[in-house]
Amino acid sequence: MVRIHAAVSDVGALDGLASQDSPIHRLDPRAKIAVTAMFLAAVVSFPKYEIAEMMPLFLYPAVLSAVGQVPAKTLLRYLLLASPFALLVGVFNPLLDREVVVHWGSWAVTGGWLSFFSILIRFVLTVSAALLLLACTGYVSVCAALNRFGAPRLLTMQFLMLYRFIFILSDEASRMVRAHGLRSGSGRKPTLRVWGSLAGHLLLRAYDRGLRVHAAMLARGFDGTLHPPRAFRWRWADSLFVAGCALFLALVRFGHVAERLGAWVLRVSG
Amino acid sequence: MHMADALISPAVGGTMWAASLGLAAYSARKLKPEIAERKVPLMGVIGAFVFAAQMINFAIPMTGSSGHLGGGMILAILLGPHAGFLVMFSILAVQALFFADGGLLALGCNVFNLGFWPCFVVYPLVFKRIVGEKPGQGRVLAGALVSGILSLQLGAFGVVLQTVVSGISELPFGVFLLFMQPVHLAIGVVEGVVTAALASFVWKARPEVIELADDSKATGSASMKPILLGFAVATIITGGLLSWFASAHPDGLEWSMFKTSGQEELDMPDRGVHSSLADIQERTAFLPDYGFAESEGAAGSDETGGGATAEEPDEQDDEKWPAVSGGTSLSGLVGGGMVLLIAGLVGVSLRLIKKRRQ
Repeated sequence: MVRIHAAVSDVGALDGLASQDSPIHRLDPRAKIAVTAMFLAAVVSFPKYEIAEMMPLFLYPAVLSAVGQVPAKTLLRYLLLASPFALLVGVFNPLLDREVVVHWGSWAVTGGWLSFFSILIRFVLTVSAALLLLACTGYVSVCAALNRFGAPRLLTMQFLMLYRFIFILSDEASRMVRAHGLRSGSGRKPTLRVWGSLAGHLLLRAYDRGLRVHAAMLARGFDGTLHPPRAFRWRWADSLFVAGCALFLALVRFGHVAERLGAWVLRVSG
Repeated sequence: MHMADALISPAVGGTMWAASLGLAAYSARKLKPEIAERKVPLMGVIGAFVFAAQMINFAIPMTGSSGHLGGGMILAILLGPHAGFLVMFSILAVQALFFADGGLLALGCNVFNLGFWPCFVVYPLVFKRIVGEKPGQGRVLAGALVSGILSLQLGAFGVVLQTVVSGISELPFGVFLLFMQPVHLAIGVVEGVVTAALASFVWKARPEVIELADDSKATGSASMKPILLGFAVATIITGGLLSWFASAHPDGLEWSMFKTSGQEELDMPDRGVHSSLADIQERTAFLPDYGFAESEGAAGSDETGGGATAEEPDEQDDEKWPAVSGGTSLSGLVGGGMVLLIAGLVGVSLRLIKKRRQ
């Protein structure tokens, strides 16, 4: 229960960030979705042992989070909370791929460690890109933009409904937990049997409330169209943003930026 | 068992996205608008419920690992396969967006693993057959148990397959399979029991839900073929093109390793710090490595002779894939570290400027 509560308040917090105003927030959601997609594609298209050449990509989350006023703490928190699945699977790489690939001084580095660090970098980059998209755009706007891109209306409506109903469900749940606490005295944890009954009734109560909410929405003229807080308007800034990011990503992906910079620095310092 | 962006290749991610989008378009078409309208609240509530259930991780006895429920079966049973699939899509999208659970690129994979199998394979072929026309308590339990286990097994198998095909993780197919399948067998049993309990509870309390779930009389089967065909073609093209692209360009990255690190640095005069740096670099360039294993002997003898012929293996490296890219050489590391530093500095200074302005 505690974890779900924390999750729901996290959802609220992210949407709060999305309601701020910044040059990134003012961009058209479609531009941000397109750039996020390109960014993700660029990250995962690097070969599996790559580390150094991915580093320039960190510029994107660094700039976006700074300009878009997303606190670094929030990003870090999400990174830590995010699914450990990638780490769980990645951690086997050093154990399985033991072939020595490079020597750094007297230190032999196996391919497994390289690919493990590569996975870590991919993880950080992709997770922060996804969170930044949401924190700088807002859920409703993302859904509406997906609609514009041609996603089925029923699907985007379901996206929106699910989002609303998560709050409804969590409200109902906290009421039931409080009621149970008040009636059973403090410290008594509900037994499995009670849990089952609570869960079932939670579903029914949330359903009833959902019916009322839906009826109220229909009564106020809801027809499935999403109304994002900012109207869609493609401006010059959006084209510039998309083109600039595309150029940057292409440069990083194919331009060997880190390699060249390092070679240059070594030559100058030598 | 959410797939993560960090573990998949663009080919796998793109292919699964195309497949999942196709299925979503198909499901949206299949739902009658008037039924969908009535289903909306239920879809929202059950979706939120499954969303919450997926957040609860429970320990699996004796394995020391934990897992969470999939929930695809309960969606299919209470909402029908088409609405169920759409709801699963929305659940995973919210998780990917808000919690980075799974990833945006991996969303296609996750939707396929957790939505396609229970809704379009197990529900019609297994659950419906076992439960039959009149759902009794025992039949529902048996059906939910079998289909819960089956759908999670198929989903876990999907995860293994996608991970191995992507080739980012080193886990061999067999080992990963032996790890994933038993774990999801345990989860499947729990899932089956929970599904059966919930389904019979809801049916008893709100019998009208059964009628809502039945979308077998759905509309528009004739117009579906072109859409499905289109997406099948798109899936194949995406997968084929991307994987061809991935292997046909085994990396222009290698050239830089020798072009930059090999030639220029090794000719440097031997003095002080730089000579030792160059020494390291020399070794970096020559020592065993996937792409250059063959030339190792020749390179080794050259090295003792003075090591100025670094570009020699250069010609041979293009056909070996996957080869280690230039990013592991010293200059790559130095450059990468510097760029990272620059990125951090840019971020921090932008923040400072922002703060000062306020």
